[in-house]
Order: sequence, then C-alpha cells, then structure tokens
Amino acid sequence: MTTTTHAPKSAVSRIVAAGTHQRVLAFTSLIILLIGFSLASPNFMQTSNMIAILQATSVNGVLAVAVTLVIITGGIDLSIGTMMTFCAVITGVVLTYAGLPLLLGVIAAIATGAGSGLASGTFVAKMKIPPFIATLGMMLILKGLSLVISGTRPIYFNDTPGFSEISRGSLIGEVLPALPIPNGVLILFIVAGLAAYILGRTVLGRYCYALGSNEEAVRLSGVNTDRWKIAIYAMSGSIVGVAGLLIASRLNSAQPALGLGYELEAIAAVVIGGTSLSGGRGTILGSLIGALIMAVLTNGLRVLSVAQEWQTVVTGAIIILAVYADMMRRKRSS
Amino acid sequence: MTYLVEMKGIEKHFPGVHALKSVQFDLMPGEVHALMGENGAGKSTLMKIMSGIYARDGGEMRVDGTTVYLDGPRAAQDLGIGIIHQELSLMNDLTAAQNVLIGREPRLRFGRLDEAELNRQTTEIFDALKLNIDPRASVGSLTIARQQLIEIAKALSYRPRVLIMDEPTAALNDAEIAELFAVIARLRADGVGIVYISHKMDEIKRIADRVTVMRDGAYIDTLDVAETPLSTIITLMVGREVTQSTPEIPDTSQAPVALQVRGLTRGRDVRNVSFALRRGEILGFAGLMGAGRTEVARIIFGADPRDAGEIDVGGAPVDIRTPNDAVRVGIGYLSEDRKHFGLATDMTVRANIAMASLERFTGSTGVLDEAAMKRVAQDHIAQLGIRTPSDMQAVRLLSGGNQQKVVMAKWLLRDCDILIFDEPTRGIDVGAKAEIYRLLQDLAAQGRAIIVISSELPEVMRLSHRIAVMCEGRLTGILPGGPATTQEQIMELATRRDTALAPAGD
Repeated sequence: MTTTTHAPKSAVSRIVAAGTHQRVLAFTSLIILLIGFSLASPNFMQTSNMIAILQATSVNGVLAVAVTLVIITGGIDLSIGTMMTFCAVITGVVLTYAGLPLLLGVIAAIATGAGSGLASGTFVAKMKIPPFIATLGMMLILKGLSLVISGTRPIYFNDTPGFSEISRGSLIGEVLPALPIPNGVLILFIVAGLAAYILGRTVLGRYCYALGSNEEAVRLSGVNTDRWKIAIYAMSGSIVGVAGLLIASRLNSAQPALGLGYELEAIAAVVIGGTSLSGGRGTILGSLIGALIMAVLTNGLRVLSVAQEWQTVVTGAIIILAVYADMMRRKRSS
Repeated sequence: MTYLVEMKGIEKHFPGVHALKSVQFDLMPGEVHALMGENGAGKSTLMKIMSGIYARDGGEMRVDGTTVYLDGPRAAQDLGIGIIHQELSLMNDLTAAQNVLIGREPRLRFGRLDEAELNRQTTEIFDALKLNIDPRASVGSLTIARQQLIEIAKALSYRPRVLIMDEPTAALNDAEIAELFAVIARLRADGVGIVYISHKMDEIKRIADRVTVMRDGAYIDTLDVAETPLSTIITLMVGREVTQSTPEIPDTSQAPVALQVRGLTRGRDVRNVSFALRRGEILGFAGLMGAGRTEVARIIFGADPRDAGEIDVGGAPVDIRTPNDAVRVGIGYLSEDRKHFGLATDMTVRANIAMASLERFTGSTGVLDEAAMKRVAQDHIAQLGIRTPSDMQAVRLLSGGNQQKVVMAKWLLRDCDILIFDEPTRGIDVGAKAEIYRLLQDLAAQGRAIIVISSELPEVMRLSHRIAVMCEGRLTGILPGGPATTQEQIMELATRRDTALAPAGD
C-alpha cells in the first residue's frame, strides 16, 4: 500500500531512534563545541575544567530532566525554578530548624517537590487551567512561600555536616582517585537514567507520549487522563526536589531569593535537545545533551574571557538556532 | 427476546441547540442495526451518549434490561459497548500496538510495560482480522485507510457485545470494505449487536437487518431493511419526496481557461495532478478521505508549498508561494473549517466581509472608512440573502449556512474570479444547502471559475459540470457531469489504486 517498508526493529533501537535526528544534531554540536574550545584554549580540556562543566550541568540537568516529562505531555512547567528553592527551604526547616536526621531532609525535599507537582497537575488536569498560567501562578506562590517560611534569610546547613557531601563529595573519587567526579554529577546521571527508564518502559512514560500526541484520543480510550496527568506533574516535581537538594548542598544553604530564571534555562536545554514543545516527542538523553551544551558554552566562553553578558546573548541565539533546525527537519520529513 | 441496549426518550441540549428530542433506539444481540439521517440529524450525538462520551439530559438507557448511567467511556467499555469514531482518534507518535492497547498495556511489576507482550497481543488481534500491519509501525507514517483499520482493530480488541461504527468505510476501498463486512458477519454470528452509521445506501442493503431513521434531532421510524425500498428510507431522511435534480450544464468548452495546473506534486499527498478550469465552469472534486483533494486546493492557494508543478491563471504563468500571492491573482479559497480558517467569529458581519479587502476602505491616513464598509456589507447581505439582524451582528451568532455566505461575500468583494469551495455545505441544514447550491450556480453563470470539493457524492453530482476524481494523491480521472455519470463510475475511480506502488501481499 505504501512505498515504505517497516523493517522489524528491537524495542531498544526504536527507543533510541525516536527523535534521533535532532539528538544527533545536538550531539554533533556538543562535540564541535568541545573541539572548538579545546583548540582555542589549552586550559579548556583539563580534567578539572571538564569536571567543573559537569558540576555546573548538574542542577540545570536535573531540572531539564524533570520538565522534559511535562513538556512531552504537551504541557509546560514554569514553576520548577522556585519549586527547587521551596524544596531546599523545606529541607532547611527539617534539618536546621527541627534538627532532624539527614535522611528525613532528603525525603522532605522530594516529597515537597512531589506535592507541589501534584498541586500544579491538579490545577491543569482538574481545573483545566492552561499549564502556562497554572505553573506561572505556582511559580509566584512557591517563591512567596519560600520567603515567608525562611523570613527572607538563607538557612544554613552547618549543623548537618553530611549535607554538603550530597553534591560536593565524590564517591567515585574514593574508588578512582584519578576521577574525582562529584556526587552531584553522579546523581544527575542516576536521575536521568531513571527518568529515561520511566519514559521508555513504564505506563507513566507511555501516557506522557500519548497525552502529548492526542489527549482526546487517550481520554476516549477510557484512560483516566486527569489522574495520569497529575501523576506526571508529581513525578516531575519529585525530580525537582532532587535539584533542590543539589543546589542547597552545593551552597550549603537554602537561598530563598534564588530560583527565578532556572526554569527557563531548563526549558532551553530541553528544546535544544529536540523535545517538541507541542508534545508527543522528546527524550531524556536529548535534554541531557542540551544541558551540557549550555554548560560547555558558558564555561568555554568564560575560559576564552568573553564577557558574561555576551555568553547570555550566545545562549539565546543557540536556542533559536536549535529550534529552527528542528523545524526545518520536520518540514522536510512531513 | 430482551434487548441488548434500549434507549427511550433521550434528550440532549447543547448551547443554543436542542440536539436530541425524545429519541428512542434499541439493539438486539446478533443484529446489524443501521442508523441513518442527514448531517446534523443527531446520529453521532445519540451514539456518543450510548458509548458514555456525552451524558444524557433526559430519558432512559437500559443494558440487558437494567437502567444504566454512564459516567464516561470507561463505564461503557465495562458494559461491553465499543465505538469506532468517525474522526480518527489515534496517537500519531505512538506505534500501532501502543495505540490498539492504549489504557490496557500489559504490565510487569511496578508499572513497567511489557512491550514484547504488547506487540504479541496486537499481532494476534491483527492476525484474527487478517490485517497485514506491523504492530511496531508508527501510526503517523501509515495511510489513512490503514489508520482506519487500526481504529477498527482497537475497538474489536475490547471484545465488545455492542459495537458502534460511525461511517467506518469512509476511507476504505472495495476490498477493504469486503474484509470489514466479513468481520461484521463473524461478530454478528457471535451475538454481537452492531450499530452501523453510514450514508451509503448500498452498504445498508448489504449488511443491515433493521434501520432507524432520524431527522433534525428527532426519531422518525424503525424499519426492516429487507422489506423497505431504499426510496422510502431516503424520503424519511429528508422529510419530503426527493426528485433527483440534474444540473443544467452550460457549454463552457469555448470559454477562456481561468486556471491551468500542470504536474502539481507534494510528497505522497499530491502526485502529478494536472487539470484545466474554464470560466463559468464548476469543477467538482470527488474522492475518499485522504485522497488529496484539500491538499491540491491548499497548494493552488499557496497555503502549502509544492515540490513541483506549474500554475497558470488566465493563460499566464503565476508564481504562487503564499495565500497573499493567490489572492492577488484572483484565487479565493473557502476552507472546510470555516470557524478556524474562514471567519473571525467574534467580529461582526461587516468586519468579516471587509477582512480581505481592507486596503480598499483605507484612506491615506490608514483610517478605515466605516461608512463605505457598511454600504458594501449591506449590499452583499442583500445580494446573497444573508439572514442577519444587521451588519453589526457577531458572526458566531449566525447559522452555519449564513456563516458560509459571509465567507462567500468576503471573497466576492475581493474580486476573486477563481473560487475554491472545500466542503461548502458541511454542517449546513437542508434548506440552506439548496441556497448555497443556487449561489454557486449563479456565480458560475456570471463567469467565475469554481472548484467544489465535497465528500458527499450526491452533492458533487448535483453541482458539477465536470467531476475530477482523486485517489491517494493522484487524479484518477475527470468525468462529465450530469446524468451520464453514475455513482459507481466515480467510486471506481476513487478507489483505483496505483498497484505498482503497493508491496506484494498487500
């Protein structure tokens, strides 16, 4: 009936193949950037600088992973930046104000994220508020709550000595002293691996793609779309909780004024990685590469002593180029 | 014998519309019960109530003699009521198997998916239906006909006791229809009750046991198909004796060519389409869903880019790249989706009529001349018989037929000599249809060149001076209009596939 034939493929190769093109493009760009910067400056390819890039990727990378889930459903979450801060503040309350053990602080951060996501998801799914508006509201609510709870002052984790190890310690470095990769980076890769597994292999992941592809069709198939959407926002929120832990650990404090702007950096990484803002397509690996590209750019331009103001301009241009390249590809393939 | 499903006194209101007026319907096990009526008669609404998509405002629905209230499609599925929708409702980014078993994915522990089992189960379902579709194929990459078959496979995979089919054959060719009917025969033998909505009279005669006719949201009658002549059913549907009016076909063979298209191509959607349209002529475009008719119109209008092909207007080649280019050479396109593409529904009749010709009402200062716009709008309201309290009425408050006339007025004001009408009477009631037909004939008589794309064969046959038929992106033939051409001839062309392109065993 058609001129195309569908060669049987394994499930793995199919998951990899989904959206391959843009990821190959992004990956190639990443390699070109790495080569370009290392030719331009001998300091760039130092192990310590590579580790610094990875460390700088960790928070934005985890946030990008979180928001990828929501974006694949065809939604958006503008609240992840201030949600991250809110999770850090709650952890501060649990560990520093209440003096509870470290594990409870970790649980508190993830639970706070999940709860916030649950709220956003409920606004979107049950109250039918467009995701852009619902999460814009959540962004302000969470920012305000962080300031109120902390009394606008940073909460330090000086009484919980193990806390800074979450991000800055290096389990890998203890085994392989030559490779002191910080735990924050390790956590990023673990979170990304888990999220990729959830997206590719679980019911929740399947409904991410299905909702983004044709929500009405999913609903008419008898699936409780509202409940799944809420679950996806909650899952995304719990990953934001991990980002909250990472940033609080790196700063050894919960900074209540921080957070705004992180959501846009994360969304930018997702877009550079080839995830469609209209939903239905996207991968975690792409978002990870997108986050790395942004970190490499910032770092490389700094190594070349380009003013920080210009770094921001370049990042903006990269986003527009990435989306344009993706749209050109779609146009050709359709 | 107890009824499988029994509906009585069903009421449904939508804002401003009394969609169902005390409608009744019943279904016995092992029968095919056809539901017929014109567009807008309420068939789909009734079936959406039966399948739990809409809640009823009044009346009673019994399944196996027990009164039920359905709070969603899931509740209907649990009672064994399945529906195949008229519009495809598939997820294009997912595979065939993922679509068929959506909501019922085989799971391992912790919410993990068993992809191998998913594909195995789907293969079984496809095999049982003798469908040769790779369960791992991405649905978006398949043809419309294949997508329709997946939709049917999906509904059957629920093993329903009641299966509602809303125009299931709209995109299928004869061989596929025969296959579908074989499946229906097997289901009937198993005691499944089938509700069959179709406009195709021959299909009703072939497979239906009983037929219920609806008109204007009301129940008309239920009849035994074998004992009822088709003309009786048609009369009940339209509420009056239908005289098959044949169009008067003017001789336009000497008229100048208004539009000439050569080798129009765009991917798989449109392949090497060539035709000529003369002034004063109405050229009808017939074909099944996805045949590429709208795509041809959109390319001519510059709404979509083309891979190849040339367009001449009035004998001179033109380079149309955007709708703006098309309008400048006098081509107007009236989209099938008026609400999305044809009208700013919250704005007034006057504003909509002037929309495409604003520079005509603009002085050197850029201020709009409201008085001139009012005059012109009122002229067109009178000329086209648009029923509106005033030219300042918001367009969304007009009926479908009058909205269509507003779109026509907009393009007439723009001095378009070539008008492309895509499904001009979709969602318009019978009386207004006749008026739209008369307007189209008047426009042609004034020397305008007109293309009419329609999925309703009687409409194409009633209007067209010549009939172009498409199948899978190719123009498979142009037939003369009038009584010389039969519905069968058109359908033959509309299903004439390019066998060279089909893989073996397909």
